[in-house]
Amino acid sequence: MTGNNFGFTDAPASSGREITYLEAIAESIAHEMERDPNVLVLGEDVGGDFGGAFKVTKGLAARFGDDRVLNTPIAELSFTGMATGMALMGLRPIVEMQFADFISTAFDSIVQFAASTHYRWGGRVPWVVRAPSDGGIRSGPYHSQNPEAWFVHTPGLKVVAPATPADAKGLLAAAVRDDNPVIYFEAKPLYRSIRGHVPDGEHVVPLGEASIRRTGADLTIITYGSMVHESMAAAGALESDGIGATVVDLRTLKPLDTDTILDAAAATGKVIVVHAANRLAGVGAEVAALIAEHAFESLDGPVVRLGGADTPVPFSPPLEDAYRPNAARIESAARRLAEW
Amino acid sequence: MLDARLRTDMYAWMSLTRAFDDQMVAMWKSGRGLGGTFSQRGHEAISVGVGMAMGPDDVATPMHRDLGTYLVRGMTPERIFGNLLGRATGPSQGRDANLHGLGDLSLGIIGFISHIPQALPTALGVAMTFRHRLEPRVAVTFIGDGGTTAGAFHEVLNMAAVWAAPLVVVVENNQYAYSTPLNQQMASADIVAKAEAHGVLGTRVDGNDVEAVYLAARDSIERARAGGGPVLIQADTMRMLGHAIHDGAEYVPEGLLADWEQRDPLRLTRNRLVEQRTATPEALDSLDRAAASRIQQAVAAAEAAPFPDGDSLTDGVYA
Ligand SMILES: Cc1ncc(C[n+]2csc(CCOP(=O)(O)OP(=O)(O)O)c2C)c(N)n1
Ligand SMILES: [Mg+2]
Repeated sequence: MTGNNFGFTDAPASSGREITYLEAIAESIAHEMERDPNVLVLGEDVGGDFGGAFKVTKGLAARFGDDRVLNTPIAELSFTGMATGMALMGLRPIVEMQFADFISTAFDSIVQFAASTHYRWGGRVPWVVRAPSDGGIRSGPYHSQNPEAWFVHTPGLKVVAPATPADAKGLLAAAVRDDNPVIYFEAKPLYRSIRGHVPDGEHVVPLGEASIRRTGADLTIITYGSMVHESMAAAGALESDGIGATVVDLRTLKPLDTDTILDAAAATGKVIVVHAANRLAGVGAEVAALIAEHAFESLDGPVVRLGGADTPVPFSPPLEDAYRPNAARIESAARRLAEW
Repeated sequence: MLDARLRTDMYAWMSLTRAFDDQMVAMWKSGRGLGGTFSQRGHEAISVGVGMAMGPDDVATPMHRDLGTYLVRGMTPERIFGNLLGRATGPSQGRDANLHGLGDLSLGIIGFISHIPQALPTALGVAMTFRHRLEPRVAVTFIGDGGTTAGAFHEVLNMAAVWAAPLVVVVENNQYAYSTPLNQQMASADIVAKAEAHGVLGTRVDGNDVEAVYLAARDSIERARAGGGPVLIQADTMRMLGHAIHDGAEYVPEGLLADWEQRDPLRLTRNRLVEQRTATPEALDSLDRAAASRIQQAVAAAEAAPFPDGDSLTDGVYA
């Protein structure tokens, strides 16, 4: 396997230990709470011994007390608005949505108030909303969504989507320390399925920097979240047929790392953009438009986009499998593009 | 006293609901399911009692613990298992998961909306349509204790009272919203008082007593139908298993479950029917056996049913 980092860690194997994506998120929350007494966690079922629907916050209440791990009723609109008030007063709340799908119930407070406050009058809203997103695990339309495009479209927000345990830790730390509202999309299918080296203690991955996961000369796959893993698998298969693929993991969706995107596009002249979210008006459309506008001279073929279908995320396996991009589809799209 | 036949029917529907649940839980625990699902154990008297009190032209927006309402209103166990197993034969044709997406307007059922408590405004819209058309029909909506902590609960009660909407709100208070006990959700568990503060008539009922639930629902529905305005029924019960199938509910004190187990809705009804000589134990046993075999038949049919074709992915996005 050429390229680097197929172990999905930005940390050298010598530093840190191998932990899961979920453990990396949990570790980062605890580290930030330890570091800064203004950091606190709130959301449905996050408290007590239970520690949230996915157990990300398990153990935090015992360690930091119930006041810093606040169990909320089912009231996303108001507890997210409350986080905005806390943030304006100098706290740094980390809000857990039980599923990213339910973030829509808090939409108003996020896009109309938190996102625009600094622009409107200078108030800082340093919260993080953690949104367990993504599907492929037979959870149906209400527990499988990838709603990042709504927030990328909203001025004043930052949006991140880690693909590796090391980035899960480092991007969360950066999000907590950022003075703006950040939506942190964590990919449920990665929670326990991937492990990687993660540095102990302090580890911050700056917002706005993409990562090149491997390099190849023939085409570039630009992706994020769970589709990084599908893209790496596709790139591995392509390599055995002599097609070299670069894989760019965006990591931050807003602000986009336009330099890395344009450089990688120019280097190979052929680009595929892949995400699990539905394709229509998704983040991939923005990436493709950027490339069309600014790297047109370097292109040797159309910018290809793969994404979810323009349907709700279906439940039944044959339907969900038809809905989602996967390594095989990325590979065959890449083969067609390579021949261009 | 209620008619003997009606009371035995209540038992039969609860028995079918319980048999379905037992089978579903066993299948999902042994890996024969698909995705997750929600046990109904403890909620049978509410979903059946309210379902039986509804008229044929009334419309329900059930939540995720109202299997009995679906069954009473005529959705077959084959179709429901078909939905749970992602088959083309479920009401959602494999599109929606578990107890979501079980909508069928020909049966007066609007499929469950996951976002809590968005069923409420939808049901208000149904009720306002009936009012607008001067139709003597009622919308019956179901939410959990957790649903009462969301803002839309209050918005809907307020509007329903202002417009005297023919709406009945059934609050299934099962002591928990996922891992969160009632006292961490709300400082006052007097949900009836909250309804009354909005000008909605409230009534509280033992949610494990199917006859009490039935009577409260019948009176509320008839009042709403007659133009008397909305009613909220607080039905108290206990969620006897985890929130969803994966949840071991270690956070629920064992003593609490043991207390409620004494008041199991099926046992309560059975004992009463036998004591009052409405039915013999043998007759009730035979209803239980019929329910179990009905469910076996449904599972066999659902498991033999085809999955939807992947090529049909985009079918149905638009009407
Ligand atoms: C807006 C929203 N937030 C979170 C959830 C996730 N969720 C599903 S059921 C549930 C608990 C519901 O509790 P309750 O309303 O009491 O009903 P119960 O499950 O106890 O019957 C939660 C938090 C949801 N469905 N909708
Ligand atoms: Mg409840």
